[in-house]
Amino acid sequence: MKTNAVNLTETEYVLPGNRLCPGCSVSLAYRHILKALEGQVIVTVPASCLTVLHGMYPVTSVTVPCVNTPFASTGASATGLIAGLKALGRTDLTVLAIAGDGGTYDIGIQALSGAAERQDDFIYICYDNEGYMNTGNQRSGSTPLGAISGTTPILGKQQNQKDMTAIMEAHGLPYVATANASYPLDLYDKVRKARAIEGTRFIHVFTPCPPGWRFPFSDTIRIGDLAIQTGWDILYEVENGAFRLTSASASVARKGNLRPVREFLVEQGRFKNLTEEQINQLQDRVNARWQRCLDRATDLS
Amino acid sequence: MGTRECKHICGESSQGIGEAGRTGEWRSARPVIDHDKCTPARQNKPACFLCWLYCPDAVISKTIPVQINLEYCKGCEICAQVCPTHAITMVNEEEFSS
Amino acid sequence: MKRSSVLNVADRNASVQILDGNHAAAEGAKLSRVQVVAAYPITPQSPVTETLSEFVEEGNLNAEYVAVESEHSALAVCTSASIVGARTFTATSSHGLAYMHEMLHWVAGTRLPVVLACVNRAIGAPWNVLNDQQDSISQRDTGWIQIYARNNQEILDSVIQAYKIAEAVYVPVMVCYDGYILSHTEMPVDIPSQEDVDRFLPPYKPHTTLDPAKPRNYNLVTLANPRVNAEGVLCHGYMEIRYLLQEALQNSRETIARVGQEFGELFGRSYAKMFWEDRLDDADIVIVAMGSLAMEATVAADMLREEGHKAGVLGLRVFRPFPKSDLVKALKKSRLIVVFDKNISYGLEGATCSEIKSALYGSGANAVVRNFIVGLGGRDVKARELADAVKKSLSSMKEGVLNNEYPEWICEI
Ligand SMILES: Cc1ncc(C[n+]2csc(CCOP(=O)(O)OP(=O)(O)O)c2C)c(N)n1
Ligand code: SF4
Ligand code: SF4
Ligand code: SF4
Repeated sequence: MKTNAVNLTETEYVLPGNRLCPGCSVSLAYRHILKALEGQVIVTVPASCLTVLHGMYPVTSVTVPCVNTPFASTGASATGLIAGLKALGRTDLTVLAIAGDGGTYDIGIQALSGAAERQDDFIYICYDNEGYMNTGNQRSGSTPLGAISGTTPILGKQQNQKDMTAIMEAHGLPYVATANASYPLDLYDKVRKARAIEGTRFIHVFTPCPPGWRFPFSDTIRIGDLAIQTGWDILYEVENGAFRLTSASASVARKGNLRPVREFLVEQGRFKNLTEEQINQLQDRVNARWQRCLDRATDLS
Repeated sequence: MGTRECKHICGESSQGIGEAGRTGEWRSARPVIDHDKCTPARQNKPACFLCWLYCPDAVISKTIPVQINLEYCKGCEICAQVCPTHAITMVNEEEFSS
Repeated sequence: MKRSSVLNVADRNASVQILDGNHAAAEGAKLSRVQVVAAYPITPQSPVTETLSEFVEEGNLNAEYVAVESEHSALAVCTSASIVGARTFTATSSHGLAYMHEMLHWVAGTRLPVVLACVNRAIGAPWNVLNDQQDSISQRDTGWIQIYARNNQEILDSVIQAYKIAEAVYVPVMVCYDGYILSHTEMPVDIPSQEDVDRFLPPYKPHTTLDPAKPRNYNLVTLANPRVNAEGVLCHGYMEIRYLLQEALQNSRETIARVGQEFGELFGRSYAKMFWEDRLDDADIVIVAMGSLAMEATVAADMLREEGHKAGVLGLRVFRPFPKSDLVKALKKSRLIVVFDKNISYGLEGATCSEIKSALYGSGANAVVRNFIVGLGGRDVKARELADAVKKSLSSMKEGVLNNEYPEWICEI
């Protein structure tokens, strides 16, 4: 049976009244990630907006066990949980490490790469709000070209994002996927699939951030969807090397109706200073990436 | 009264609803559901529930009729945006204060 | 090693082997039945990591050996494994320990009984792989218990005791020993039997719970002031959690003494005291040092005795918690205290010296205190030099200055 809103479990692991901004897609994505794991999980979280969601001592908004860990150490913390559980003979729990793009692309890349190279048995989820939002929106390795942030305040960022999912795929992982908070069922299915696989599984989740990207919080879902419709974000999974477009990205590919990336950019205040040249550069980048995905998606024809 | 009673020797937290307080107070507009338009209420069977699926704060119940926990609803309007039947409208909080 | 007769190497079920310090540390970890080992190689600690992986691969140690990609990760692995409830071990030196700094605080703040062997080595810049104690002294304020071993027997014994202490008071323990001087020097080491160690060291009972059936979150953001939890209990603020760590270290002195005593009863080598003494009974000159340097000091004391001076040695074993009142008692009668430090708190003096002086304040003791910085970056420390430094201090005593502004260095500048 296909997962839909009607048959999806009602059990919640994220409690109402948490500290995240109204309309935060991280909160939405996390709800569905934990549903997919049915609470049978130990989570490790570094400094990030997600730490804020988890709450302030002695109260947490989350009903699964969790270990907060210093910013750079998420991958290693996961390894420690796995090693500890193994030493104690507990085999029923999934270890989930979940960090922002700063904690993944930048300061945490070493520990993550180490854990992935060791093929440690856990799911790593990077939720990507394309900046250091917890500290007030500074540039990260995932902040796009031209975007204004606290540390690219006037000129916008001068460099492109790095493709972290490709970097993780290069580790030879059994499962690598992308997801988007605007497609919670696709996210849910991917986490469920990842749960059943052994080894290091990596999922990148695109999570629009209303204050950081400067759009009204009511538009979170629409902005996430625009990212998919324009190819800014692409939904796919790579299972033991086999590439597949999923959900809305598969449908855009089939219909061939990719929309101009400008439609995604103009909705956000962070891109207000983009030059035409930068828009063209971003479009070229999206086109190249989209084409690479189409070339790999052998199941489309 | 000191804090010895709590017995923690490190920062160990347990779960609680409303960790950030009554987040409903953050809201400037309130989602109001018109059950005459809402699919599960109209059909009197489980259906749609997209507002429940997308609510970032898990304050919508998957029940017939669908209900919103206004104590914690932050008023983000996402439910109204995703509702295919336009059953949810955002009403300014000031209209309820009088 | 003239005075090693203070150790009593006579024990049932034990075997004597010739071991270097690194192997003694690895044996100690093995006998303690560590369950998770995570470490990253660095000179002169590398043989510890190699030996432990060998133990695991040959099936002689039932543990998870995690070959991490950095020391920060090594301690992060130990932290999370320890929260889950496993007994964990790591070892490092110098830059590796510095790289762990953030995690050292994290471990102590979570009150996890991780044991770390620190093979003392100088820290750069410039690069230097040889011994001094700047690395562990620089981590003094991270909330760890610090024990300094004077020989390889003490390394092994201290690792085993470290678990019993750490798991009783929920404070991590750093067992420090001098790089090369101990780590790569072979000595006879009495290895207790596994059965005896099992009798001494019960399995680890964690204070943490990681279970979906009873979900707990560790180390969330903590406010300045106490806050009520969902059950209505007033819980700590950040400061109360810090207070409890300090309280645990204060109270750990009793535990360290009790565990050392029990160890002595079972194995014939007692560690009931936080420092060891050599001829302090009649000494009016006391040399204070830590680790293997204190052993060298006993040779200097021999020389001084031959020259008619009543010299003795105080070998500081436990640096944190600092045994203030015990030290005051031991040093009360001395006229001159000469502290040799293989570390320096730049802009002041050696750390041990500062702390000895602070312990003496208000005790009524009126000893002259002199501080010498020695042996940094592997500089050889000869007993003769130590004895001469003491004599130099004796002549400067006549000027009546109790406390010098800055230390002297034994080097060739
Ligand atoms: C070692 C260290 N450096 C800096 C910080 C400060 N810091 C906390 S969260 C954060 C940014 C987090 O960004 P990201 O990982 O993208 O997550 P987000 O806040 O966007 O959810 C920074 C820089 C820290 N906690 N630790
Ligand atoms: S800053 Fe952005 S990511 Fe962080 S809580 Fe707010 S909306 Fe969510
Ligand atoms: S999304 Fe609209 S129609 Fe669907 S359940 Fe919610 S209110 Fe009813
Ligand atoms: S989606 Fe937003 S406005 Fe709608 S119920 Fe949830 S919190 Fe309230």
